[in-house]
Amino acid sequence: MIDFINLYLVPGLTIGSVYALGAVGISMIFGILRFAHFAHGDLMTIGGYGVLTAVWFIPIHPLLLLPFGMALAIVAALAVDRFFYRPLRQLPTIYTVIASFGVALIFRSLAQLFWSSGNQVFVPGVRPPVVLFDTFRISALHAQVIILTLIIAVALHFFLTRSKLGRAMRAVSDEPELASVAGLDTERVVRWTWVIGAALAAAAGVFAGMDTSMHPNLGWNLLLAMFAAAVLGGIGKPMGAIAGGLIIGIAEETVTYTWFGGEPLISPSYKSAVAFFIMVALLLFRPQGLFKGRLL
Amino acid sequence: MSALLSVAGLTAGYGGVPIIEDVNLDVAEHEIAVIIGPNGAGKSTLLKTVFALTSRSSGAVTFSGRDISGLRTAQLVPLGISMVPQSRNVFPTLTVDENLDVGTYAAPPGDKDAVRESVLSLFPDLRDKLAQPAGELSGGQRQMVAMGRALMSEPKLLLLDEPTAGLSPAYLEIIFDLLLNIRKRGVTILMVEQNAKQALRIADTGHVLVGGKNFVSGTGETLLADDSVRRSFLGGASA
Amino acid sequence: MEMTGLLFYLVSILIAGGIYAILCLALNVQWGMGGLFNAGIAGFFAVGAYTSAIVTTAVSNRHLGGFDLPIPFGLLAAMLVAGVTGWAVAKICVRLKSDYLAMASVGIAEILRLVIVNEAWLTNGSLGISGIPRPFGDLVQGRGADLVYLAMVWLCVLLVYVLCQRLYVSPWGRTLRAIRDNEDSARAAGKDVDWFRLQTFVIGCAIMGLAGALSAHYFKFLSPSATEPLLVTFLVWVMLMAGGSGNNKGAIAGAILIWFIWSATEILTGRLPPEWITRSSYIRMLLVGLLLQFVLQRYRSGLIPEKSPKLRSD
Repeated sequence: MIDFINLYLVPGLTIGSVYALGAVGISMIFGILRFAHFAHGDLMTIGGYGVLTAVWFIPIHPLLLLPFGMALAIVAALAVDRFFYRPLRQLPTIYTVIASFGVALIFRSLAQLFWSSGNQVFVPGVRPPVVLFDTFRISALHAQVIILTLIIAVALHFFLTRSKLGRAMRAVSDEPELASVAGLDTERVVRWTWVIGAALAAAAGVFAGMDTSMHPNLGWNLLLAMFAAAVLGGIGKPMGAIAGGLIIGIAEETVTYTWFGGEPLISPSYKSAVAFFIMVALLLFRPQGLFKGRLL
Repeated sequence: MSALLSVAGLTAGYGGVPIIEDVNLDVAEHEIAVIIGPNGAGKSTLLKTVFALTSRSSGAVTFSGRDISGLRTAQLVPLGISMVPQSRNVFPTLTVDENLDVGTYAAPPGDKDAVRESVLSLFPDLRDKLAQPAGELSGGQRQMVAMGRALMSEPKLLLLDEPTAGLSPAYLEIIFDLLLNIRKRGVTILMVEQNAKQALRIADTGHVLVGGKNFVSGTGETLLADDSVRRSFLGGASA
Repeated sequence: MEMTGLLFYLVSILIAGGIYAILCLALNVQWGMGGLFNAGIAGFFAVGAYTSAIVTTAVSNRHLGGFDLPIPFGLLAAMLVAGVTGWAVAKICVRLKSDYLAMASVGIAEILRLVIVNEAWLTNGSLGISGIPRPFGDLVQGRGADLVYLAMVWLCVLLVYVLCQRLYVSPWGRTLRAIRDNEDSARAAGKDVDWFRLQTFVIGCAIMGLAGALSAHYFKFLSPSATEPLLVTFLVWVMLMAGGSGNNKGAIAGAILIWFIWSATEILTGRLPPEWITRSSYIRMLLVGLLLQFVLQRYRSGLIPEKSPKLRSD
């Protein structure tokens, strides 16, 4: 049982937190701009590299330099929206999806050009785990990621329900035409969607990069799981996306646990297929997800 | 007394085909003006063009003496115009209270709480539903939320697109009474209505639109008594 | 470069160009005619490649094999298996919005890659399958064999083109385009929209499988990391957009044009100073990504825009 918590549940929550933060942006962009943002994973990568670079210049704890990564990701997101997505806004959204596919490739090649294609670690060496109550061995990083994600989740909830901008975003997500009729500045809402989505993606990228290492395909490899998390939570439901991310993270890790006898449910090499199968099951049986999101 | 809203020679449509052509219309302050006509006459398009939701090809729209023809919708709300669309007129996942709140974003009132109180006094049924998502309400209640949202910006002119569409006969009476109350508070009303007879009964001025063009205009009573109008749109028998 | 060397370089470009033309024609069936966004092209390509390899190679203790069937069987098997895989994906997603199909197709491409890498009993994992036969392998070798292969590839291009043209002008094709342009009225007219879409996707995937098989037999060797899979998917999209989606001639033209441009950039970056060469492939990817944006914004209808086929007067 202790092993289960230490070796499966906590890592599951950790990767789940990464998925959660990425999925929020995807769900919001889906809800407000109405398209699947295929470049979101690579936005995470850019954010992660931003912090990595900052650490080279200011050698303190990477998490303290998170704002640098967020700033880089935000600038990148606003730039691609302005030059690549906005010109296609009046067309059927599939064209924007294709464009985002291209943006993903652009981000990835830029990452490979500026930071090289190999792995780069934030902090070399093995980190000793934190031991709680003499039984739980949790890596300090995992604890930090989970706690920070919870804080972000709570902040996000208050933002969406209490603040003017948050409500405006939910309004535009619900009914964009009515929002225009009510006089809301929809372009401003779009801008802030990118800002928030990119900032959270950067955080996710840093967390993922610190857990393993930074490499150009970091975000793209996680994209499928984040899409699945967004669908699981319900499209256009940011809080649902957080729940979805955590569930998928835990599912992925616990499916390799030796539940029956000595065999895991699924061979660890197929861990990333779990998210895909969850998504397929959702699309077949409950496309509106857990929290009744939009069906597009 | 010059008109609050003045529409002159307005032509508009989608993709090159005009739906309304050379339409003229004046709405006096504090009056209830109604636009009626057969299906496809362009009534909704007229309203949408006034509110810049559809682009006009030619003509002008003046509000309080100011030319608003080139302005965008978001700029019209702070000027004092609000609209209640026919369908999809509430934010379904937002609560009733949040729906009303959104109505203040484009034109923030001085005392938001006072405005809210004033609007809720018009729709007392909504008071105990403030925390409910608007999408869960009945058709009639949703219509009230939609109207409430539009009134939160304290408009001088309220545009309504078929406010009684899809509502039960009981709600018809309620809505028309509400409109009279709203007018009593100093709001000018311009609405499109399919229930022509009842609309004309509360209207100060009626405008009949046929085939995208002006057909006839007059006071509510005159139009109700007019033979040609009666036969075509009011079902024959006298009101 | 000596003349014959240059000539045979051209041959290899034309072979690859032909394979891409087939991929483009396949995507044109799915996207151009059916309006379906397939982001997992590389996956169906790989399925076709591996199927044909397994079916035509000799017994081996490193991977499934020993069927030793002639190449045409390999090609047919490739189309069959790729088509069935496409059926499975489309069956799930055909009713939902195109964004979901995009996600699912990316997912299936990833799953297929995982299977190829992990099921070593089937595919020899990352080490790949070698000794894949060439047509007339005993009779012709070396550069002559390449010429033979060039003919074979372009024969396939011709056959696929004829097939796709037939589909385009047939009542089936017209219905498909009607669905693509206005789904609601097609549905109202009683057309089973989902069934049409399913067929479209399956046919496209089968043709992609053919392209994969042709690639396997050309290189005589197959491994999961041979080409960056995403790049293949991506290039095909750029090719179709640039050439003219909805249009079979445009699909071929776009494939040739973009493949020539891509190969030219390869030559150009080959002449860069050494420190830049390692980065050259990333520069080229960046340029292709930017090229796609440019084509999307300015030249969406492509070089050869779609023209409705002349209606035969009855």
